[in-house]
Amino acid sequence: MSTSPADRNILSTPSSDEPRSAKPSFARRLLRSARSLPVLVAFVVLALVVFLAIFAPWLGTTDPIAIDPGSRFASSSAVHWFGSDAFGRDVYSRLLHGARVSLIVGLGATFASVLLGLVIGVFAGYFPRVDAVVMRVMDGVMAIPSILLAIALVSLTGATLVTVLVAIIVPEIPRVVRLVRSVILNVRSEAYVEAAILLGTPMWRMLTRHMVPNTVAPLIVQGTFIFASAILTEATLSFLGAGLPSEIPSWGNMMADGRTYFQLYPGLVLYPGIVLALTLLSSNIIGDVLRDLLDPKMAKRT
Amino acid sequence: MISYILKRVIATLPVMLMVAIVVFAILRLTPGDPAAILAGDDASGEQLERIRQMMGLDQPILTQLYVWVRQLLTGDLGVSLLSNTPVIQMIGARVGPTLSLALSTIIFTVLVAVPMGVIAARRPGGWLDRTVMTFSVLGFSIPTFVVGYLLIYWLALKLGWFPVQGYAPLAKGVWPYAQRLILPTLALSGIYIALVARMTRSSVMDVMGEDFIRTARAKGATEWSVLLRHALRNAAVPIVTVIGIGIASLITGVVVTESVFNLPGLGRLVVEAVLARDYPVIQGLILLFSFTYILINLLVDVLYTAFDPRIRY
Repeated sequence: MSTSPADRNILSTPSSDEPRSAKPSFARRLLRSARSLPVLVAFVVLALVVFLAIFAPWLGTTDPIAIDPGSRFASSSAVHWFGSDAFGRDVYSRLLHGARVSLIVGLGATFASVLLGLVIGVFAGYFPRVDAVVMRVMDGVMAIPSILLAIALVSLTGATLVTVLVAIIVPEIPRVVRLVRSVILNVRSEAYVEAAILLGTPMWRMLTRHMVPNTVAPLIVQGTFIFASAILTEATLSFLGAGLPSEIPSWGNMMADGRTYFQLYPGLVLYPGIVLALTLLSSNIIGDVLRDLLDPKMAKRT
Repeated sequence: MISYILKRVIATLPVMLMVAIVVFAILRLTPGDPAAILAGDDASGEQLERIRQMMGLDQPILTQLYVWVRQLLTGDLGVSLLSNTPVIQMIGARVGPTLSLALSTIIFTVLVAVPMGVIAARRPGGWLDRTVMTFSVLGFSIPTFVVGYLLIYWLALKLGWFPVQGYAPLAKGVWPYAQRLILPTLALSGIYIALVARMTRSSVMDVMGEDFIRTARAKGATEWSVLLRHALRNAAVPIVTVIGIGIASLITGVVVTESVFNLPGLGRLVVEAVLARDYPVIQGLILLFSFTYILINLLVDVLYTAFDPRIRY
């Protein structure tokens, strides 16, 4: 069945089913997959979010935490494009600065968990003794629903940007470790690795030259999913009141603030909610595309 | 098979112990005096001393762990710092809404997602398949609390079909109970339906390539009979497995959904405990949810070994 294009994700084109000999370059295949409308939209949305986040201060925004009692709950107007919240803070400015927070959290958590997971995973995969201990600990961490683990970490340490990041990273690490470990275990039995061992290649060279490069493609794919998942976790934690300090204008905090007034001013919850959903949707679609392009084996499994 | 089940049961014990150790370690590894963290900022010296005594913080760390695990084995999850009630009692008082929500979500998900997956697998790449898969990507990406608020906005505020928030126990009548569960169930099912529909689709499609499907077609079985009687039945194992694995996202969803809809269940209890920094309650609930997750997956494993005659160990 795996020969039928629809076996893969519908959002990507069947480019990976063409004969091996005429395999186009990665960039070509990426461009080709962008011909499908949802994928194109996903790229545009994500590019827009990044653009808005980077240039937030110069896009007609005001101070996102400036309180203005005179314009509480203003409806949308030329001054407040999306209205203003219970403290008279401009919703448009907060949405744009919220994009910054989300991207910082998403990128920070992704790099940190991929890096830590890579180091732990490589050692676990390469040294069976380390493996036995490490994987039991990872099993334990993975059996705890990640949001609860994050809640526990934040509630113990108090909410700051760093503790929230740590709380998001810790539950993500075991998934990366498992992925890296399985790649390493596969590579270890390859003939070229055995040859390298027989040639007396030093250990660090084995790891950096033969082990780590094989993990790059699956890690890029996993990274995009961690990116989306980290943004979601931050928003969820903030929404529940266990996330970023309330003065930071994140989308989750905006929704948490708006909850009380939802029946009268649904926009205070719905605007950040919709922006959040669009960002997550785009990241997941792009993750699916990258998975189809970079990691056909994984794509077949899901 | 009995020996396999026994082996499987025994294999979960170290995982459960590991969960307990991780939960134990979180508090001890956090920088600062655990007693001071637990007591909060405005605790008196007396309270600190009491907490130190209660947790045995003056003992060596391994003794503390031993005492703690032994307490867990007797079902003692500690005492709330805020209300002084045993955590296990607080859980008992709040389990009703959570159980109702989880069960209605699982039932609704299976009723919706399995047919969706089968329909999608009938013509891979066709418009039905595309619709189902698009829905599945949407369900996967839109956060539960956003779906929840959209549903409240549309079905409760605009159309007035449902109450906005709240919960009524079954004792108050079936309709008030059901009416208040429908929106939370819909909101929570989104991600779960996405997961199960996707898995149903791909495992039915895998089976469709098998020889016995060709045989069934050759003997003249109708397409629907091939799909339902031959393909779906043989694709059941991965579907049931993903229902078990999905319990993790269901638990996350429960915490969020109960907050959105003001359901007084265990998820709300977690959030209340976080806001009050009532750590023993948080700790107890983490253990409860994690053990539930492990046990449900154990049950799933055991069930399909029992029901699928092809699986022999």
